[in-house]
Amino acid sequence: MDEIAHTATCASPGEVVTGNVMPILHQVRHALHDLLETGKSEVIDLRSIPMGPGEEGRLAEALGKGEVEVRMSALGPSEIIETRYPGVWLVTHFNNDNEIIGKFIEICAIPGLVMAQDEDIRAGLVQLNEQLT
Amino acid sequence: MSKDLTIGEALRQRGVSRRGFLKFCAATASMMALPPGMAPVIAAALEKARRPSVIWLSFQECTGCTESLTRSHSPTVEGLIFDTISLDYHHTLQAAAGDAAEAARVAAMEENYGNYILVVDGSIPTGNPGFSTIAGISNLDMLRETAAGAAAIVSVGTCAAYGGIPHANPNPTGAASVSDLVSDKPIINVPGCPPIPVVITGVLAHYLTFGTIPELDDLGRPRAHYGQSIHDRCYRRPFYDKGLFAETFDDEGAKKGWCLYKLGCKGPTTYNACATTKWNEGTSFPIESGHPCLGCSEPDFWDGGGFYKALSTPTADITRTAVYAVGAGAAAGIALGAMNRTKQKRMAKEHEKVTIDDLEKGD
Ligand code: SF4
Repeated sequence: MDEIAHTATCASPGEVVTGNVMPILHQVRHALHDLLETGKSEVIDLRSIPMGPGEEGRLAEALGKGEVEVRMSALGPSEIIETRYPGVWLVTHFNNDNEIIGKFIEICAIPGLVMAQDEDIRAGLVQLNEQLT
Repeated sequence: MSKDLTIGEALRQRGVSRRGFLKFCAATASMMALPPGMAPVIAAALEKARRPSVIWLSFQECTGCTESLTRSHSPTVEGLIFDTISLDYHHTLQAAAGDAAEAARVAAMEENYGNYILVVDGSIPTGNPGFSTIAGISNLDMLRETAAGAAAIVSVGTCAAYGGIPHANPNPTGAASVSDLVSDKPIINVPGCPPIPVVITGVLAHYLTFGTIPELDDLGRPRAHYGQSIHDRCYRRPFYDKGLFAETFDDEGAKKGWCLYKLGCKGPTTYNACATTKWNEGTSFPIESGHPCLGCSEPDFWDGGGFYKALSTPTADITRTAVYAVGAGAAAGIALGAMNRTKQKRMAKEHEKVTIDDLEKGD
């Protein structure tokens, strides 16, 4: 935890630290523990937490990058990145102008949005049927 | 887009996939300041909700509120919410004018009587009705007539909510807020000069989703967005608590990002979502750009005694150093107040640092 504590609290001179990075990491730890014990997933809305300039970057740095990166294109791009802690995902939604419209940390086996949705599968099947007849 | 479509159907017709719709719901939950776990509930409700008819009236205003909402032409979440309502009358945005436009308003009112949402921006002159008229109808008459058939009224912007700038001393037009004039309808105040676009659409989304008005504070504002002060959610707060204040806009403290309290920040008395929701798709907010909060979502913010005048001495548990610093600041203020204009001009010429007191006593 030492290295994380370091990345999470050290700011370069001039940067502002609200001290919100560490509590988020603790919340993630609890959620990860719950996921393992009970299978309960959790979502943290990063837009509801005050962050100073550079702090989101420090949080992302503390979470690091893991093995999976998903790029999605639905109502604008989305980035779904597994952090260095398996089961912890950093999810960023953009609109078509590449402006951020939502930023979340999801603690789950795989974020639900990645999975194909029944309605879309059905529509796709209709299309494939048409193509083959 | 047909009015009979549900919102889910309307979005599908625009080619939005289910995945896109769920992403839209996640962003909408965040916009409504609801816990992310609510996204599936929102999805289920929006899927079935019908598009409400909205009549938008603009009175004594600068169009900043409409600009705030419609600034973006790309399908942002705000844009989509805006598209999923049936905006039947908005005289700034619609092509029709005069009698034709008024006929559209009357038709929309008749068709949806008792069910439409009335959005108002701008204050209403209660002095000479000629101060502001639309197609020869006084603002007051138009408000009363249109409010009568509304299910709920959303007062967008500080002018509609509390009178705003037109209401500022000496209030030459006798400007009044919507709630000063209408008392028999639920009124949701969405103040701000202008309000944050996602807060405007968050309120519309709440109505779309739940068919009810959100929980309000004692000034009629949705608690979800106005429940906490800027100061409570400000990232500069640790500096306030330690008594570290910027004294001028370009001193060491300003460069280090210290608290802007002594530069007149109204964060401690202002309730709004700027510190967390931020502006321009979450880029930053005034304090993050180095300027104190003006308090624009509070009643009478224009008459608060000066944007660059500090509120009274900070009262929270701050250190001795802070108390000393405040004392020194006050003394400096008195001294600078006595400084004459010639000296101010000379300072400007020699590019000396200008303090906040100089700005206040500028002329
Ligand atoms: S006084 Fe203003 S800048 Fe200082 S902590 Fe409060 S809101 Fe932030």
